[in-house]
Amino acid sequence: MPTDVRIKKGLNINLVGVAEAITSKAVASNVYTINLSDFHGVTPKMLLKEGAEVKAGEPIFFNKAYPAMKFVSPVSGELVEIERGARRRILTLKILADKEQTTLEHTPVDVSKATDDEIRAFLLESGCWPFIMQRPYDVIAHPEDVPKAIFISAYITAPLAADINYTLKGKEKELQAAISGLAKLTPGKVHIGIGQGQDSPFSSLSGFESHRVSGPHPAGLVGTLINKIDPINKGERVWTLSPQDLVIIGEAFLTGKFNPERLVALVGSCVKKPRYYSVKIGAEISTFLYSSGVNLKDFRVINGNVLTGSRSRPDGSLGFYNNTVSVIPEGDDYEFFGWNKPVFDKISPTRSLTFSWLQPNKKYDLDTNTNGEHRAFVVTGLYEEVFPLDIYPLQLLKACMYKDLDEMEQLGLYEVIPEDFSLTEFVCISKQPHQDIIREGLDYLQKEIG
Amino acid sequence: MSEKRLTIKKRLHIIKHRLRGNKMAPAFSAFHTFLFTPDETTHSGSHIRSADDLKRTMNMVIMALIPVLLFSFFNTGYQHFAAIDAASGTPRVVSLWENFLTWENFWLGFKLVMPLVIISYGVGLLVEFIFAVIKGHEVEEGYLVTGMLVPLIVPIDTPLWMLAVAVVFGVVIGKEVFGGTGMNILNPALTIRAFLFFAYPTWMSGDKVWVHGAVARTGTPDAISGETILGSLAQNNAYDYSTADMFFGFIPGSVGETSAFLILLGGLFLIFSKIASWRIMVSAVLGALAMGLIFNGVVDMGWIGEGSSFYSLMNFEFWKHLIVGGLAFGIVYMATDPVTGSQTNRGKWFYGFLIGFLSVMIRVFNPAYPEGVFLAILLMNVFAPTIDHYVVRGNVNRRLKRMKAATIYPKITDGKSEELKAETV
Repeated sequence: MPTDVRIKKGLNINLVGVAEAITSKAVASNVYTINLSDFHGVTPKMLLKEGAEVKAGEPIFFNKAYPAMKFVSPVSGELVEIERGARRRILTLKILADKEQTTLEHTPVDVSKATDDEIRAFLLESGCWPFIMQRPYDVIAHPEDVPKAIFISAYITAPLAADINYTLKGKEKELQAAISGLAKLTPGKVHIGIGQGQDSPFSSLSGFESHRVSGPHPAGLVGTLINKIDPINKGERVWTLSPQDLVIIGEAFLTGKFNPERLVALVGSCVKKPRYYSVKIGAEISTFLYSSGVNLKDFRVINGNVLTGSRSRPDGSLGFYNNTVSVIPEGDDYEFFGWNKPVFDKISPTRSLTFSWLQPNKKYDLDTNTNGEHRAFVVTGLYEEVFPLDIYPLQLLKACMYKDLDEMEQLGLYEVIPEDFSLTEFVCISKQPHQDIIREGLDYLQKEIG
Repeated sequence: MSEKRLTIKKRLHIIKHRLRGNKMAPAFSAFHTFLFTPDETTHSGSHIRSADDLKRTMNMVIMALIPVLLFSFFNTGYQHFAAIDAASGTPRVVSLWENFLTWENFWLGFKLVMPLVIISYGVGLLVEFIFAVIKGHEVEEGYLVTGMLVPLIVPIDTPLWMLAVAVVFGVVIGKEVFGGTGMNILNPALTIRAFLFFAYPTWMSGDKVWVHGAVARTGTPDAISGETILGSLAQNNAYDYSTADMFFGFIPGSVGETSAFLILLGGLFLIFSKIASWRIMVSAVLGALAMGLIFNGVVDMGWIGEGSSFYSLMNFEFWKHLIVGGLAFGIVYMATDPVTGSQTNRGKWFYGFLIGFLSVMIRVFNPAYPEGVFLAILLMNVFAPTIDHYVVRGNVNRRLKRMKAATIYPKITDGKSEELKAETV
């Protein structure tokens, strides 16, 4: 029986610059960039040399640890640059796009008849596999694993995030194909969280267990859904996907082509006209950033939402997993007596001369200032107010810091990924880097236990 | 005005960069961040952060202590003059406007309390700065609250050199050896208090030290009493203070501990601003009431007679324990210290309850010194990690139990993984 998920603990961060429900066309990007840092833990092995011609959907490199897992080009063109860093580690791949796009075609898969092996092989070959993420460890799923269940959250609560009810409208056919296909990869269920009372493109689909989710952020994080429905135990594998990636997978099943185009929300207080753009993965952010206009000189471009995204630049590129680009002011300025004067223009979880509790629906224009210095953990009980999982957040963070494997396991590190700690990081009075701590903890755990 | 401010800001910014890597950088940074919140931006993780930092949090506690400090000025003076009147045979009846809120009281209190505050902050912050410079870390805010608490929990006539020695001991042994703010096991302010109590017991207990001048006048014709209510009870003597006196704080005691009313207001302020844990405060009050009721019950059952040395304290109405002595102050400002207290919400209930419970117990049974709050809190500081351990264990056990039903599917391996190697370039 489907369970409803009602979250009480949490905090909605209302920011200025929500995207209007308008889709504009972005200028076609000349160069498309694949950023290897999007694929955590993947050691790439190149299939092409610099200067090679490549079709859209054609493999460029594969995962050294699992050669069948291929990563494909989003567009057709010439592989113009392989940028390498220290010890010749590949950082980015740049593809100069052709004017006339050609796409590598695979045989479409009839998801109702295909076996799980066929679907797995198709996803690996078509370049769709990296969309499937695995918990524990927050890495790309291992194709030989059999997951306990697949979780997808179609209820988005992150600040300024793209509204998938808008971006995925009319994509029901693709979504259905992707869900039906993925369902064959697990003997368990596909769980999808849908916002209570929302007009979701998922509500007309079938072949999964739907859960009505309500409550403040992080109710929309897939980690919250998993924890409330079927928490992960040691040794189990759970796969997660983002709704917007299902469209690409579904389209590949139906047409045999890898089409990396998606609706991207350009948001944030620095954007003059926040709205949606139809963009391909890897496109240069400036191709749509400046057509919306920026109203400040000193801004930060974030690939993703403001809580979990990665830092980028105007000449950076749209990340593999992102459907949001946030632009907010940099906060590299001092504030006179900022620590004791009453604060009206910032969000605070407390009421210590901070007044955001008076106006819970006000939209704030927050910048990247830390509003204080890094300190040891002092205050207790605050994280618990915004952390709905059945886990002790402070204790788990400390276990990760002193690298006690037993404690990390027992306190539930298998169940979380860094984004689950994005809100505790936001409210942290000691300004500790929670997501980095969890990431390092996960990497250590994976290295030691696997 | 704004232009001048801008130049100060720029100048400080330049000095900050010039001092980078220098040993004195933490000391400068302490002043700099006091004036300006720094220009630090987020590097990873969440790109935005909430408005609160540790300075703001600590500042809230200090604000909650200011009324108590102001009250202590008046009460110090009032108790001194009232004791003189009482010794000369004309006991005073307190009246807020006529004989309490007077300049005479305030000035005497100010002259006596401020040196304690200055010594506490001066010596404590000096030690903090020295450690910050030696160890190369930032000067942390913990002492801002400790420094305010210390003068409020000592007897008014505590010699300043004694206080200075105790502060050095408390900051070094109570905090810095563990790694500074956030790492300490014992509440630093109470460590200082405990050091004073055990090193100089004659200055910290007895029937003289609680009113200014009582010690100095001992043995002279002008001798006055400096006894607290709990002290009188411990001697099975009567006391002549009304319940209202006790609640509003017109009674002798440590500098800032007397006014349960203002402490209550401070506590409500801290709960409202979400700085201090209401769980600890509520459960500590419940614990104190429970122990008080048990003692009242023992007396009611006739298990101890009036001859017992514990009779008066045990017979003291259970709820009045909350408004005399340091219990209220301890519960609101000391037990709620997040670093040394229990860190889990469930643990806080046990932690707080035991503090209240043990405080009243020690208060009644300690023959040498009828007060137990600081000992109870220090004891529970030591046990807080144990409490947390068992609370967290509950969560861990739930997880281990769940693990027995884990559904782990075997991997599918079909040897596909080799075929691509030849194409590698």
